[in-house]
Amino acid sequence: MPAAAPMHPFAPLLELADLQVDFPSDQGVLHAVDGLSLQLHAGEVLGILGESGSGKSVAMMALMGLLSFPAQMRATRMQFAGQDLLHASAAQRRAITGKDMAMIFQDPMSSLNPSFTVAYQLSETLRLHLGIDARAARNHAATLLAQVGIADAASRLDAYPHQLSGGMCQRVMIAMAIACQPQLLIADEPTTALDVTVQAQILELLAQLQRTHGMAMVLISHDMGVVSQVAQRVAVMYAGQVVEVQEAGALFDAPRHPYTRALLQAMPQRSQGAKRLATIPGMVPGVADRPSGCLFAPRCAHAQTACNTPAPIHRDGGSQVRCHFPLHPLGAIA
Amino acid sequence: MAASTPSSFAAFWTAFRHNRGALLGLWTVLVIACIAALAPWLAPYGPTLTDNQVFLTPPAWQSGGSAAHWLGTDAIGRDILSRLMHGARLSLTIGVAVVAISVVLGCALGLAAGYLRGVFDMVVMRCMDVILTLPSLLLAIVIVAILGPGLVNAMLAVAIVVLPHYVRITRAAVLAEAQRDYVTAARLSGAGHLRLMLVEILPNCAAPLIVQASLGLSTAILDAAALGFLGLGAQPPLPEWGTMLADAREFVLRAWWVVTFPGLAILVTVLAFNLLGDGLRDALDPKLKR
Amino acid sequence: MWRFVFTRLGLVIPTFFGMTLLAFFLIRLVPGDPIETLAGERGIDAVRHAQLLHAYGLDQPLLTQYGIYIAKVLHGDLGKSIITQAPVMQEFLALFPATVELALCAMLFALLLGIPAGVLAAVKRNSVYDHGLMGAALTGYSMPIFWWGLLLILLFSVQLGWTPVSGRIAVAYFIEPSTGFLLIDSALSDEKGAFLSALGHLALPTIVLGTNPLAVVARMTRSAMLEVLGEDYVRTARAKGLPPWRVVAIHALRNAMVPVVTVIGLQVGVLFTGAILTETIFSWPGVGKWLIEAIARRDYPVLQGSMLLLGLIVMAVNVLVDLTYGLINPRIRS
Repeated sequence: MPAAAPMHPFAPLLELADLQVDFPSDQGVLHAVDGLSLQLHAGEVLGILGESGSGKSVAMMALMGLLSFPAQMRATRMQFAGQDLLHASAAQRRAITGKDMAMIFQDPMSSLNPSFTVAYQLSETLRLHLGIDARAARNHAATLLAQVGIADAASRLDAYPHQLSGGMCQRVMIAMAIACQPQLLIADEPTTALDVTVQAQILELLAQLQRTHGMAMVLISHDMGVVSQVAQRVAVMYAGQVVEVQEAGALFDAPRHPYTRALLQAMPQRSQGAKRLATIPGMVPGVADRPSGCLFAPRCAHAQTACNTPAPIHRDGGSQVRCHFPLHPLGAIA
Repeated sequence: MAASTPSSFAAFWTAFRHNRGALLGLWTVLVIACIAALAPWLAPYGPTLTDNQVFLTPPAWQSGGSAAHWLGTDAIGRDILSRLMHGARLSLTIGVAVVAISVVLGCALGLAAGYLRGVFDMVVMRCMDVILTLPSLLLAIVIVAILGPGLVNAMLAVAIVVLPHYVRITRAAVLAEAQRDYVTAARLSGAGHLRLMLVEILPNCAAPLIVQASLGLSTAILDAAALGFLGLGAQPPLPEWGTMLADAREFVLRAWWVVTFPGLAILVTVLAFNLLGDGLRDALDPKLKR
Repeated sequence: MWRFVFTRLGLVIPTFFGMTLLAFFLIRLVPGDPIETLAGERGIDAVRHAQLLHAYGLDQPLLTQYGIYIAKVLHGDLGKSIITQAPVMQEFLALFPATVELALCAMLFALLLGIPAGVLAAVKRNSVYDHGLMGAALTGYSMPIFWWGLLLILLFSVQLGWTPVSGRIAVAYFIEPSTGFLLIDSALSDEKGAFLSALGHLALPTIVLGTNPLAVVARMTRSAMLEVLGEDYVRTARAKGLPPWRVVAIHALRNAMVPVVTVIGLQVGVLFTGAILTETIFSWPGVGKWLIEAIARRDYPVLQGSMLLLGLIVMAVNVLVDLTYGLINPRIRS
């Protein structure tokens, strides 16, 4: 478990306030992200935990400007490194994307263009954002490959993605992401599609790079084990909302939101020899059955009548919890 | 994905309904079919009725035209509107006949080839390759050149030309299904081959067959019209739209209506069937949806 | 990769034999006496009949006849035209360049307009451009070529007087045929205005013949692009901050072109079919027009020979397309 995040006197690197992403469809509007607010400081590692459909990936894609038709996004605030992303032009955003703010994705083998070599795809980023020429870009690419732990980097440069293993492809993706020394690296389920043995290596690589470069990192996963290894703070998402944010250690020892606790209890490692694994009854709300009050209320063991109204968000420093009756109290109501 | 249960048909119909192009195609096809069916009563004149007094009359809205002949007359005084309506009967008959022949024959060949495998399969597929490689009209022309020009021979020629598509679809379905356990089980329990093919395997290729048939209708009408235009298909005085255009060539300079309307009829009909076929394909297989 | 090449070439052999078989039996399938069919004479007396029987080798066993036929085909001997008594092969070679010139121009036309149209429709999916372009494509696909040609002649040649009605070049010019491609020959010659005349004569036939392939290319490009634009590697390209034109034109198009190239190759057969009709309408002196005239005059050797030759050419192009596909696709190449 990494050390607790230090207090930050400076302005946050990333500020998201009230992010909303909707997908209109024939059956109604899907609120993929519903009022998400987050802050991230330079050099900090934030884990985002949630099931599929919780909106964790969509939120970060919205931040990167990668949402496509028919997504509709709005937010009160979206600031990165002092720049207002909401009112920036497309060209201004592209200048940051891939350079100061980078993202790697879940399936590395399909995330690389099958028709171009590794060298080409790496050099492309370098030449675009750093303006260097082809020869220099190629050398730089070789260095990057070595940094991400690919042995014999020079020979790998001219390989095509289908010639590389999943783990290697992910390393190449990471190399592309850190090529321009970003201030923020977003990793969306980086190990989910990889073999178990490779997973640990990639996570270790990410942690090491984060320390070396001092960049902030957002690690998205549905796997608590993955998140607990790297993150300093963890945000838990449910059905498009952030239900809890806490320091990693505190979250796992004393969760404040019933959903977080239920998730922890459902982990096989925590079953404590019980005959049956604990599950959370019910299902994540879809488009048609979204509750008007607290979204988790239908499945919550502690639900009371008050939970039929939207839950308030309690904040204290970098922590928050969105619940009428948090399991442990937290500072003032925001 | 056979549309046999009520719920899957309902799903198909909902998807189809949303496609405005497909609906337009469907309505147009129905209108044309009605015109074709009712042509003998709807048409103001007989299709072969000639009247040398009024040859090459322009359409009603042009100077020189009259309300007696809405779309004008051709070189020997036949009313174009009536000929177009009767031509609709011909074209639809051609389309349906060609598709019927090629579907039946194609399915039979495909089922047999996929089921029996071996030399028979190889021979059939090589023959289909040859047919597919040869330019379609070329093969049709050659067949008609052998058999002699005429409507029936033209239909036969076009049916042969489109045959490979149905053979391939059916054969692929057979090959996919023949691996399955229930087929082996049925064979072991003595189920007849024919029954197996018809009851189990055929419904699985219903969807692509339907789509191919609908698109095949438009191809058939186009190809038959092309043969008619070349003088190899329906012979005059049959009011087949392509044959009408063959006569009209020499009047391009003098009488634009003789050239324009039959071709327009072909275009609208073929377009309608293509819209219908595209819509069917999109509704029956969501994976192919654009 | 060589295995791929040889396998593909191996498939050619049965098709070759199939086509020659068809051509061989063609003459014998015509109702009536094959001798009369081949010689083009009627009411032949017994003596001459025996003579011709021997001369045409019809007194030999069928298999031997077929063998002799194949041998002749491989030597380029396809018999003689009944009408002109000139060797079929010779006449074909004299007329083929005209058809090729027309087909090439039509294909170029189809590609230059079709690919951008398909890309635009895909990028602006479900917009008015998309529906409009695809509607136009469907109309072009449903268009009877012979009528479209007549219509264009009516409009541009008769009403507007912009283009000529028939032929390859104005009658006033006589160009020495060296390549057989009038565009090249006329450009190389000294005659003033010859090139422009040849170009003007090509204009309408190109549009007419190219309309169907244009529609197919546009539709195919659109669907290929739509599929590719949804791929993970396109998302990665955007995440790198690449400008939109680069994402579309380089990352997406490169992969979308693979199915489109295959379709292009398969259009050759369609082009020959269309050429038959186009040449008839525009009195374009190519093999298509020659074929139609041969039918009217019952010149069966010409019919047989040109069918075989065109079929073999289409087969050769299909093989080339398959091999090119293998080269483009890196998976097969390595």
